[in-house]
Amino acid sequence: MGSSSSSRNKIPNAQELMDQTGFSSAHLLRLRDRFESLDRNNRGYLSRDDFEALGGLAMNPIGGRIIEAFFSSGQDTVDFSSFVRILAHFRPTDRNRNKEGTQQELPSSRTRKLKFAFQLYDLDRDGKISREELLQVLRAMLGLQVTEEQLQSIAERAIQEADLDKDDAISFDEFKKSLEKMDIDTKMSVSFLK
Amino acid sequence: MEDLWTVAVAVFQLWIFVVVFFITLPAMFGLSLGVTSVYIQILVKLLEWATIRIQRGRQEQPSVPAPLPNGIIERAEGSMEEEMEQLRRSRSLEGGEFALSDALYFCKKGLESIVDDQVTQRFSSEELASWNLLTRTNQNFRYISLRLTIFWGIGVFVRYCVLFPLRITLAIIGLSWLVIGTTLVGFLPENSVKYWLSEVVHLTCYRICARALSATIRYHNKENRPQKGGICVANHTTPIDVVILANDGCYAMVGQIHGGLMGVIQRSMVRSCPHVWFERSEMKDRHAVTSRLRAHVAAKTKLPILIFPEGTCINNTSVMMFKKGSFEIGGTIHPVAIKYDPRLGDAFWNSSKYNMVSYLLRTMTSWAIVVNVWYLPPMTIQDGEDAVQFANRVKSAVACRGGLLDLAWDGSLKRGKVKDAYKEEQQKMYSRVIVRQNSISATHTRRDDQS
Repeated sequence: MGSSSSSRNKIPNAQELMDQTGFSSAHLLRLRDRFESLDRNNRGYLSRDDFEALGGLAMNPIGGRIIEAFFSSGQDTVDFSSFVRILAHFRPTDRNRNKEGTQQELPSSRTRKLKFAFQLYDLDRDGKISREELLQVLRAMLGLQVTEEQLQSIAERAIQEADLDKDDAISFDEFKKSLEKMDIDTKMSVSFLK
Repeated sequence: MEDLWTVAVAVFQLWIFVVVFFITLPAMFGLSLGVTSVYIQILVKLLEWATIRIQRGRQEQPSVPAPLPNGIIERAEGSMEEEMEQLRRSRSLEGGEFALSDALYFCKKGLESIVDDQVTQRFSSEELASWNLLTRTNQNFRYISLRLTIFWGIGVFVRYCVLFPLRITLAIIGLSWLVIGTTLVGFLPENSVKYWLSEVVHLTCYRICARALSATIRYHNKENRPQKGGICVANHTTPIDVVILANDGCYAMVGQIHGGLMGVIQRSMVRSCPHVWFERSEMKDRHAVTSRLRAHVAAKTKLPILIFPEGTCINNTSVMMFKKGSFEIGGTIHPVAIKYDPRLGDAFWNSSKYNMVSYLLRTMTSWAIVVNVWYLPPMTIQDGEDAVQFANRVKSAVACRGGLLDLAWDGSLKRGKVKDAYKEEQQKMYSRVIVRQNSISATHTRRDDQS
């Protein structure tokens, strides 16, 4: 009957994960269940095809990008800690934690959320969204629904607006600036039920 | 030693006597001694007490996560246009075209699917709102009180040592009666006596099998029961659905011929009344399947065909896409909604986790199966409607009646990937959000009509 304690033991560094991500132990248990249900072959890690089997992700135009965000460069598997750390970006921002001033910045802070969004665009992770990268994302989101010229003009307009130092690319600060009025905290949060 | 033997024989005889006279014979006549309903009432009271006890216990131990049967996140219910509008409102530009923030919408939707999606959860057993004193549904329920544990212990004893042997005996009797009875009836010439006898044999055997599962079935709207020459469609949760439906009428089954025990049963069944069994090779040829079914339906005197258009077992919280093949045959469709009560036993067959035998063993060691069956009024395809639209219409009716969620996803997602058409739909929706603005401002945009 007491299966709760045994499932916490399945999570090796639970306390560390809780401190670093801000998830409560109840959330961690739920995420563990979710991880195990996604891991169809019970291998203890997730690979790209486990993600691609999700209908909601496969039909998402930038689904491929989102999947890539889970895999650190060169790796082909995602273990539970990496899974949780990425998902932690989408926790609602705790404003109070920063006031204590002690721990390092949580993944769910505003800056880290923006960094995550930036990396959806910035494929080669060089810190700038080039025109080509922007075009690629636009193409993914729009598919065959618009012509090449429309794509180019959309990209052109977007860069002109955001690119303040006129280097024909959008840096992370310029990205932050163009999104500064937005309520990132709610728009980039997944509300986990208690 | 001999005394032991005589005692064992006497017990065995008593056992058979009880089983035959109190269960099998009433089953033949469709009567019931009411034992099962008393049992169910006691169980429900017990489970309600257990729920209250557990809730009290949970308040004292807040670190244990509460069960969340509807998913672990709360989603914002808005269309793509509404959400993008909200994302852009903070910008100074009105009627903005593409904004860098648009990707955030897709990002959030994608992350939401990773954490909790509508489909994957349908292929595992429903999470209960409270524990029902079965070990197998024990997720994160800790030790709460001594009395609860005692009841659980008694439950284990009753289920495994008293109910289980009884149920196995009944199942064996039921299935052997089916094989023997149908073979005997098969020797008769084709006349009305044969049909009547075949009906009696089938009904008796299914009723015995239902008793073997301690199934309590409530039929609603019996006036809409499927007629001869029609097609009966229902949502699929488990192979037991067949037993549940056949308790109230005779159907012509459709399926693949298997080997082994199933094959013996199938072959003897078809001797007494015409079922539609296919060879494995024939199943691949959709045209052959459809024409055979069509021929069966056209002969208006034959029994209604029973088809499960979802194609696979879903966990009875939702209804997934009905495949259009069954709706192309023609004839009247009689939809049926089946809803199991999850508190007393989990009827869902998770074919990737359990094979048939272990599934049946698990079902026979649950408390009981309580099921509601609603017969819906017959539907036919209307003018200007194609098979897919008709299938969706029937699906919505079934979902609405059964209190199930109506999903458009394909049940075969259990094993395969989703089609690209869904992604194109999303891209189309997004392009409408952007291009609508663009065509006002840009000078030389060509709008491709891609509908």
